[in-house]
Amino acid sequence: MTTAAQTAELARRSVVRTLRQPANVVAPLLFPMMLLAVNAGGLNSAEQLPGFPADSFFAFALAVPFIQGALFATMNAGTDLARDIQTGFLNRLSLSPMRSVALLAGQLGGVVTIGLVQAVFYLGVGLAAGVRLESGVTGAVVLLLLATLIALAFGSLGAFAALRTGSGEAVQGLFPALFVFLFISSMNLPRNLIEIDWFRTAATLNPVSYLIEGVRSLIIVGWDTQALALAFGFAFSIGVVGLTAASWALRVRLTRT
Amino acid sequence: MRGIVAVALAVAWRAIHNVFTNPALLIPSIVFPLFFFTAFAGGLSRVSDVPGFDYGPGYTGFQFVFVLLQSAAFGGVFTGFGIARDFESGFARRLLLAAPRRSGIVLGYSLAALVRWLTTASVLTVVAVVAGMNIGGGPVDLFGLYGLALIVNAAATLWAAGVAMRLRTMQAGPVMQMPVFLILFFAPVYVPIDLLQGWIEAIASINPVTALLEAGRSLLAGEPEHVALAFGVAVALAAAFALWAVRGLRRAEAAGA
Amino acid sequence: MAEREPNGIEAEQLVRVFKGDIHAVDGIDLEVAPGEIYGFLGPNGAGKSTTVHILTTLLPPTSGRATVAGFDVVHQGAKVREAIGAALQEAALDPLLTGREHLRLQTALHDLPRADRRSRAQELLERVGLTLAADRKVKGYSGGMKRRLDLALALVHRPRILFLDEPTTGLDPQSRTALWDEVARLARSEGVTVFLTTQYLEEADVLADRVGIIDHGRIVAEGTPAELKAQIARPTVEASPHDPSEKGAVAAVLERFGEPTPCSDGSVAVRLAHGEEELADIVRALDAEDIRIARIHLHEPTLDDVFLAKTGRSLEGADEEDPEPVPTAT
Repeated sequence: MTTAAQTAELARRSVVRTLRQPANVVAPLLFPMMLLAVNAGGLNSAEQLPGFPADSFFAFALAVPFIQGALFATMNAGTDLARDIQTGFLNRLSLSPMRSVALLAGQLGGVVTIGLVQAVFYLGVGLAAGVRLESGVTGAVVLLLLATLIALAFGSLGAFAALRTGSGEAVQGLFPALFVFLFISSMNLPRNLIEIDWFRTAATLNPVSYLIEGVRSLIIVGWDTQALALAFGFAFSIGVVGLTAASWALRVRLTRT
Repeated sequence: MRGIVAVALAVAWRAIHNVFTNPALLIPSIVFPLFFFTAFAGGLSRVSDVPGFDYGPGYTGFQFVFVLLQSAAFGGVFTGFGIARDFESGFARRLLLAAPRRSGIVLGYSLAALVRWLTTASVLTVVAVVAGMNIGGGPVDLFGLYGLALIVNAAATLWAAGVAMRLRTMQAGPVMQMPVFLILFFAPVYVPIDLLQGWIEAIASINPVTALLEAGRSLLAGEPEHVALAFGVAVALAAAFALWAVRGLRRAEAAGA
Repeated sequence: MAEREPNGIEAEQLVRVFKGDIHAVDGIDLEVAPGEIYGFLGPNGAGKSTTVHILTTLLPPTSGRATVAGFDVVHQGAKVREAIGAALQEAALDPLLTGREHLRLQTALHDLPRADRRSRAQELLERVGLTLAADRKVKGYSGGMKRRLDLALALVHRPRILFLDEPTTGLDPQSRTALWDEVARLARSEGVTVFLTTQYLEEADVLADRVGIIDHGRIVAEGTPAELKAQIARPTVEASPHDPSEKGAVAAVLERFGEPTPCSDGSVAVRLAHGEEELADIVRALDAEDIRIARIHLHEPTLDDVFLAKTGRSLEGADEEDPEPVPTAT
């Protein structure tokens, strides 16, 4: 069986497993929408701030669910792999002709598939709520591509954590840290409107800010090449780091000769 | 009466001991409120420039009151998690067997929640003061603010206890947590209620938490307003959830938990 | 080492040391003939699972050599894996997939022709008695069902050699017997070589053609169950007096012929110091004391007696020893 075919088979399994855990399907769809509703409703008046870059706070805030969804992707990828290690299923797979790259690619292929479905959902909600993408239909495609890349990047971090620790609890322990990265960013206000110096500095140093800003630019600006370059660049870099680390951890864990 | 107090003190001692000797339980209940305070007061301070935003103690104080009440509410929910854990592990059965006056068990958990929250509130207050929060109110006003938060803590604990004793499993966590999250966030979290518009303004105007927030903020500013209403709301919630909790206890007894 | 037919197992001075200088496997030599059922018997922590992990290429040895199906486990790992099937200590299953989906995945990974995958899966489900449960998620399976599915997955690609690591631990007697029957059938009818680890005497006794007894990482005895027991030749005599109050008197007589050994209530049992020829002397001695006996049995030596003789400990009491380290490379 070719590596691609093995990957497809394992990706299929990854998707099926996620669909069979309703909490893993509902939570990534529901929670970001709830947070969006709360924040957009509560911070609506921020539109009146001089220099606020959008007419609608909702349009401004719509970028956040795409990143939040990626956090869920991290957790799901990680806990699924950790379960495989704890049940010994990874041993079973390693005794088969499965190539190790197919295992990782398959798991992440599942994450990417679900990440894309999530992104389509968020975009759909935004459009239904009356948001117009300044970058048009092409922009929507690029947005989905960027969102999927971000899900892949964070998924690979979750996979690394699982393969390194073999523990679902350790993967869950990542969630608060990722949450901090999400909140100490330009999630709720553009960086130039953050008054407190240390917070603005932290947000500037935080790669998540650039991911949010890239997605946001497609919604409220149009084609901001710098924002897009930074977003794709950071997503790609996180992905490379995550995949390298995950591959290394997989090699160590699959000690077969 | 003496029997109830004795049981309550014993249950409270054990729950407090568990939390304070277990960093994994204590640290999140202190760190999460601090994190929210930092993220909101630090990241959103510019929102106080929105026309019509007029609050003496500044945005730091504005958010401090929200986070104080939020920590009180979630402190109650975390105690509920502990009760659910006790039922799932079977320890609650031991308490029900041993306690001559079982309503003392509910009182005991509430006392433990209170002690836990007082710790969090102390740390939060110190951090807010160090961060330069302006305090407009005098000792009586501040006493009122913390008293209000205390009643919120009791109400939340009783709500969570009622859920825990009915469901008797850790899977009850989201059931306890979600309603509290929603009722807290569909309130004037980021701006005063007169700066809210649309559906969120409609919800906030009937949300009891709004009364608590507005009164609490007025106490911090030293310009008490609708404080009697707020206390009335808080006491009514606490009384209602006390009944809910005691009925939950009877359900647990009937199920032979 | 000379090359054997392509479904034998050979190991020469196999050693595996873990962190903390733990010698989980401490110089194991063994040869398993093609088509043989080899039972690897020992208490928890003896080194059974570590040996299996080495032979199934999941763990490299620290030193020593092993070949499985004629291929070196270190340098020809992929070829070894093609030839073997393994059902390891945990029934390694995904709780969210159904039995049939497990087989679908396994047949796909082993690159069975598409046209054959479904029929092979169905055949195996029937063989292990899981057709009715095939479309239920594994998390709803009992322990016995999980073990059976585990075995089915190990057989997907028709391996020449099968490794079973404590396959019946925790199973009810019915499930255990069913699994034994299937393993025996595989070996007898299909010529599959079976390497089976167990801590159950009965399992090794009933199922294995030859038994290797392992303790602290070394093989302390090896041979057919009958050969091993014959080496020890220490049967047990168990006697029950007509009058229960005479139990003490019976014990006093029997203990002149061997050391006490556990037995059923109301009876007295001793492991004979010499052989079954002492039975006549025992009867005469009881008669001389005027003790009326309701029942007297002679029990043949067990593999536990062999273990006791070789290690000074009883296999059934040996579980308090340090557990075997979890076999991973880190």
